Amino acid sequence: MNLSIKVGLGSCGLAAGAGEVYDAIEKYLAENKLNINLQKTACIGLCFEEPLMEIIANGEKSITYGQVTAAQIGDLIEAFQIGKPIPENVVLSNFMVASENENLQKQKRIVLRNCGIINPQSIEDYLARDGYKALEKSLKLERKEIIDEMKNSGLRGRGGAGFPTGLKWEFAYNAQNDKKYIVCNADEGDPGAFMDRSVLEGDPHSVIEGMIIGAFAIGADEGYIYCRAEYPLAIRHLKKAIVDAEAEGFLGDNILGTNFKFKLHIKEGAGAFVCGEETALMASIEGERGMPRIRPPFPAQSGLWSKPTNINNVETLANIAWIILNGASEYKKYGTEDSPGTKVFALAGKIKNSGLIEVPMGIPLKDVIYGVGGGMKTEKPFKGVQLGGPSGGCVPASLLDTTVDYASINKTGAIMGSGGMVVMDTGTCMVDVAKFFLDFTQKESCGKCTFCRIGTKRMLEILTKITEGKGKIEDLQKLEELSENIIKGSLCGLGQTAPNPVLTTMKYFKEEYLEHIKEKKCSAGVCVALQKYEIIADKCIGCTVCAKKCPVNAISGEVKKVHFINQTECIKCGICFDVCKFNAINKS
Amino acid sequence: MNNQKAIDGIIAKYNGKKGALIPLLQEVQEIDRYLSKDAMRYVSEKTDVKLAQIYGVATFYTMFRLKPQGKHIIRICKGTACHVSDANSILKQLRETLQLEGDEDTTKNGIFTLMEVACLGCCSLAPVMMINDDTFGKLVPESISEILKKYK
Ligand SMILES: Cc1cc2nc3c(=O)[nH]c(=O)nc-3n(C[C@H](O)[C@H](O)[C@H](O)COP(=O)(O)O)c2cc1C
Ligand code: FES
Repeated sequence: MNLSIKVGLGSCGLAAGAGEVYDAIEKYLAENKLNINLQKTACIGLCFEEPLMEIIANGEKSITYGQVTAAQIGDLIEAFQIGKPIPENVVLSNFMVASENENLQKQKRIVLRNCGIINPQSIEDYLARDGYKALEKSLKLERKEIIDEMKNSGLRGRGGAGFPTGLKWEFAYNAQNDKKYIVCNADEGDPGAFMDRSVLEGDPHSVIEGMIIGAFAIGADEGYIYCRAEYPLAIRHLKKAIVDAEAEGFLGDNILGTNFKFKLHIKEGAGAFVCGEETALMASIEGERGMPRIRPPFPAQSGLWSKPTNINNVETLANIAWIILNGASEYKKYGTEDSPGTKVFALAGKIKNSGLIEVPMGIPLKDVIYGVGGGMKTEKPFKGVQLGGPSGGCVPASLLDTTVDYASINKTGAIMGSGGMVVMDTGTCMVDVAKFFLDFTQKESCGKCTFCRIGTKRMLEILTKITEGKGKIEDLQKLEELSENIIKGSLCGLGQTAPNPVLTTMKYFKEEYLEHIKEKKCSAGVCVALQKYEIIADKCIGCTVCAKKCPVNAISGEVKKVHFINQTECIKCGICFDVCKFNAINKS
Repeated sequence: MNNQKAIDGIIAKYNGKKGALIPLLQEVQEIDRYLSKDAMRYVSEKTDVKLAQIYGVATFYTMFRLKPQGKHIIRICKGTACHVSDANSILKQLRETLQLEGDEDTTKNGIFTLMEVACLGCCSLAPVMMINDDTFGKLVPESISEILKKYK
């Protein structure tokens, strides 16, 4: 039997301990002098089951084990070798019962076609799966033909706004200039989303190939990948991929023997959410503060260093090679009329199967969350799902029949965004969530537009007041007025969408705002200032520990007698609750 | 200032390259692990980039640190997924264990600096923190002191 073993070493795998598992396997193979081919791959999307280890026999029979520990690997390998594989913790397999087989069957993987399968640092692995064939094919086409193919595919930009990619390429193609740029937006600023990270870590060549084809089509000879610095592994894989692609003649001068040349650079971000906005991103590449510029002129006319520039998101670019190879009509078989193709989503929060999935557009949200996502993580029921990050909104349970396409999601007041889906249960306070996002946008506002800079701050102040039980009923109207003005008075998408999280939670979860304001109560038990700590007289034995630890001396009582918390002095720090050994403190 | 030679080398490397200010400052920052006023002033003198512009860039991006940093950098994630998975209790525990008071972010012995960041891209393992280049997921407050012990 010819065996090989793959371990998922994406950021998520590493954080779950896959590095130790890999080392342990290496050691085990060496100690037992086993001739087994050990390979590295990245994230297949089943992040909740990390660390993952796949054992493959003769390139056919395969088992992927989940939540593998270094201690188990010897047993797993040995059992597999003697033909009696251990049946527990099998997440994927083509011949055994496996918990996640169905999960993967419900997906359609175009962008993620190679993720978790190939070694992302090996250009040979990529080439073996039709890598750079689309480039070869493109170089034989007329540039206009490529653009028409993109237009026919109906692919819409995956960076958030959903602008048709073919059309964008056509603008850049039509721009007259002997210098043009193509830029890949890998800033992935939405806190709670990790699609682009996984693609860059798991299949960097697919993004690079998409960029080269785009550059050829629009007539660019230089490109930049702007990647956020919080993704060191993605940057490392990209750097290696660029060097390898240069060595193979896919980048550089005379690409594949033609006179097309293209040079690709990586720019590391320096930590600013607004730099995901295309004009701010270009300012940042130029070495300036990342402040958005007024459009028009659009980047296709005047972008980087005032040259025509085309900017696309990572996931958009990862679709390109597939479309060229398989054709626009094949692509359009997936998805809807208005939103063709597939979309990658990052599932996180209180969902069971947190990780990365790719589904055809048009599937109902319900099927994403309860089907592929496996439903809720704990017994607490579903409350809402946040789509689109700081620019998006919270969709309530009553709207879970909404289908995943640009128009339907916009109707709810949320946006498709880049694909972050954070699932919330009844333990999440929606006012707190709104406050969380405003805190974020307020900090990340670049400060250029007054309404965005000061308006978001005022909104945050009001929301903070409400979560502290000091809100007034008029505050709700003030929030609406401020929202309207911020939307109107901001130059870029950051300000124009910043009020969305507040507006959607006020629309769908108004009763929670009213509860905080009128009853000074937070049913989810999240808002600290509204919590109340009381001593349960039956359980208190008068050990005095809580009184000694209370930082504001709000607890009184004699030794061996029931203690008492003075509510006006209590600062709700929760220390008494934590230190009481007799569960005599009630938190409500 | 005793870093002049090192800074001269970095400036020479980026000489004439367009859009070089941010990577240049990032490299200068690596020397002392923060950007001192002296270093910024020196770069300005040597490159003819106005000090106001350098300071403007350095204060705009969160990666630039204007105060001396601890030996190990702890980045605690405050992204959406971590927030709904109670990252606040982890933060509270960290601040307690590190004995940070008020708005202090560096421990008195200079070993740790604590930073809050928005999303480390490991949301499926929320709540998450990173110490230097190591990521730790599925944190609970009880696990913090054990993890910190590995760093001295
Ligand atoms: C505040 C703000 C942040 C953004 N962040 C990102 C981002 O992190 N990644 C991204 O691809 N697009 C982001 N965008 C969208 C970009 O401006 C741009 O529309 C996109 O990169 C275009 O690529 P696409 O056509 O392939 O979607 C952001 C927009 C705004 C207003
Ligand atoms: S929200 Fe914490 S890692 Fe993404």
